Amino acid sequence: MIEIKDDWCKGCGICIERCPVQALEESDILNKKGVRPPKLKEKNDCNFCRLCELLCPDLAITVIPENKKIEKKTILRPIGGKK
Amino acid sequence: MVVYKRDPDIIRKVLGNKIQFLLGDMACVYGGIIAGCSFFGGYPITPASEVAEGMARMLPRVGGTYIQMEDEIGSIAAVIGASWGGAKSMTATSGPGFSLMMENYGYAVMTETPCVIVNVQRTGPSTGQPTLGAQGDMMQARWGTHGDFEAIALAPSTVQECLDFTIEAFNLAEKYRNPVCVMTDGEIGHLRERIIIPDEKDLKLSERVKATIDKDKFIPFSNSQTRKSKVPDFPTFGTGYRTYVTGLTHNEKGFPATDKQKDHEELVKRITSKIQDDKEKLTMVEKIKLEDAKIAFITYGASARPVETAIDISRKKGLKTGMLRLKMVWPFPDKEVEKLSKQDDKIIVPEMNLGQIVHPVKEAACGNCEVISAPKIGGEMHLPEEILNYLGDF
Amino acid sequence: MVEIKNANDLNKKYLREGMWPTIFCNGCGHGVVLEYTFWALEELGWDMDKVTFASGIGCSSRLPGYINADGLHTTHGRAIAFATGIKAANPDLKVIVFTGDGDCAGIGGNHFIHAARRNIDITVIMINNFIYGMTGGQLAPTAPLNSIATTAPYGNIEHPFDICNLAKALGANYVARWTVNHPYQPIKSVKDALQKKGFSLIEFMAPCPTAYGRRNKLGDIKKHWDWYDENTILIEDYDRIMEYGSEKEKNEIRFKFPIGVFQDIQKPGFFEQYEKLLERLIPKKEKKSEKAEVVIKK
Repeated sequence: MIEIKDDWCKGCGICIERCPVQALEESDILNKKGVRPPKLKEKNDCNFCRLCELLCPDLAITVIPENKKIEKKTILRPIGGKK
Repeated sequence: MVVYKRDPDIIRKVLGNKIQFLLGDMACVYGGIIAGCSFFGGYPITPASEVAEGMARMLPRVGGTYIQMEDEIGSIAAVIGASWGGAKSMTATSGPGFSLMMENYGYAVMTETPCVIVNVQRTGPSTGQPTLGAQGDMMQARWGTHGDFEAIALAPSTVQECLDFTIEAFNLAEKYRNPVCVMTDGEIGHLRERIIIPDEKDLKLSERVKATIDKDKFIPFSNSQTRKSKVPDFPTFGTGYRTYVTGLTHNEKGFPATDKQKDHEELVKRITSKIQDDKEKLTMVEKIKLEDAKIAFITYGASARPVETAIDISRKKGLKTGMLRLKMVWPFPDKEVEKLSKQDDKIIVPEMNLGQIVHPVKEAACGNCEVISAPKIGGEMHLPEEILNYLGDF
Repeated sequence: MVEIKNANDLNKKYLREGMWPTIFCNGCGHGVVLEYTFWALEELGWDMDKVTFASGIGCSSRLPGYINADGLHTTHGRAIAFATGIKAANPDLKVIVFTGDGDCAGIGGNHFIHAARRNIDITVIMINNFIYGMTGGQLAPTAPLNSIATTAPYGNIEHPFDICNLAKALGANYVARWTVNHPYQPIKSVKDALQKKGFSLIEFMAPCPTAYGRRNKLGDIKKHWDWYDENTILIEDYDRIMEYGSEKEKNEIRFKFPIGVFQDIQKPGFFEQYEKLLERLIPKKEKKSEKAEVVIKK
């Protein structure tokens, strides 16, 4: 599940471009800046890799894991790999 | 590493005997250390190199930090940064370096940072005569950087005054949160005279008023919230106030307001009026034999010394002369000069430049009496005979 | 097990209220650099009261304004000199300098060189977008040969500045260059640089679609971000191919930018040395007085 701060999005499209499983697309909402923030597709393979959250230049996307089971298996530590 | 804490016993021990025979530049060093200076960022330049050398020797012994920066621009930048880190800081330079420092001097004015700049003037423009003194930077101290601002500048005439005025410069800088210039010159800077180090109990030191109120309520760039003053309380970095300091026009919270006319007007008017309002309180002059004088000299710094001799000679020959010696040149003491112009027939302004302070004197005198400039350039002080020539036949 | 934070938590802790969203254009790399810094600070867990930021003038200099910490927005090119002063006054503060390619390598080159030489304990994050973005797109010292700018309308005839190699030659303790496309390595690198004593430099190659991209056939944001993937190579691979590779392989990578950690050494920092100097000069009063007291009591 992703949460988007609509008014912070500037429509650069990096999250949509860089998602490794192409899970995002442009939504129909028009925000204050006149751009369309992203949303998850109807059928998506989002595995919570969080690349969209890490690459967004405006901290506008937050990734919230839906399933506890998936969280343990596939959420990579978002900072730096091995300590 | 521990943060500096002023310890009078260590200072007393490091500075040595109470009465010493000292170089003018070293007196500035002593003054800074007594006042509690803990950071010096310098660069060698004749005739101010001795200040940097003295600081390099003495400041580590009292626990302060000395860094020789890569140029004068870096020196003044480090001094301002150190001030925001909580230290009392100073630098020393001469004409060419003073010109380089102008941009960051304006930054210190705009961000209301206290710091002290010692300018040991030498002949100019450009490289000029590095080893000879002059007073050619007086107008630059007032108008050097771009934009509207108020300047504070002191002009010592003796080596003892170099020491006392450096201490006073720190007090003024801390009180008004403005950079303060100590305008000595190559003559006084390289002169050796007897000085007396003041006792700790006779010292009056000012400290910047640090911010203490609740972090959510604190407003960094407006009138003080804890006392009646246009000078805001100082939120030292590291104390949790999380201030944003910028040279751009800013609103009272410190955030850029570059497209608002009202914010700029309010900011610049507050910064200039905090010194302008206290103009009379800030006046520092010395009156020598002015009560019955018909011809007065207005002078400052090294030029005051031959004028005293000239006054003695002329008085012996029957002509009543006197001197108004400006200890603080900027803000200019208009009221004193106006009063003098009403009681005297003639005012003579001897300076080691082609006539700089003579202009505000004329403005203040406002036509009440004749004002004559007595310039001398080339690195030599006036001789008393040359000054007597301006008095005409008597 | 590290508690996993998300972007919302970072927002609340690190951003100044009311200042976000940023003034940066869409597709700009500056916002991403800021975020990597946040993630690195989050992992380190530092007290934000003791972290100070300094910046010069330009797009990169706007970053401290968005961070909820003490910030000094100084004059063009002089941020590193101001940072030296802050650190000298209070060595317990952690000082981070955000600067740009024109600010650091152009007007501020001298201050950069001497701070690296002295090994002052600060971290400099230089955001290199090959152009002077805020003033409209003038030529920058790091611009590649033949690139177009408003003050080089017929192509740049000057060779670009390689600041990482300069820092390496000056003996800086940590030197690294990264692009903004892949998050994990830069975040770890920023974390290492912040913890290191002595001078650390991280150069971020950030896209500027508005000023640089549009003039150099990279106006499309996707194309511009992909350009960085295609034209950079990890430094280990670069060194290996240049030493052992065939001519064909060498020609392929010759003009690519090497990225990675260039230098990671441990020389003593300036303030560490200064503290040793002070210990030599200031006599220890306490020990003597203790002995004297014992004698008096007897």
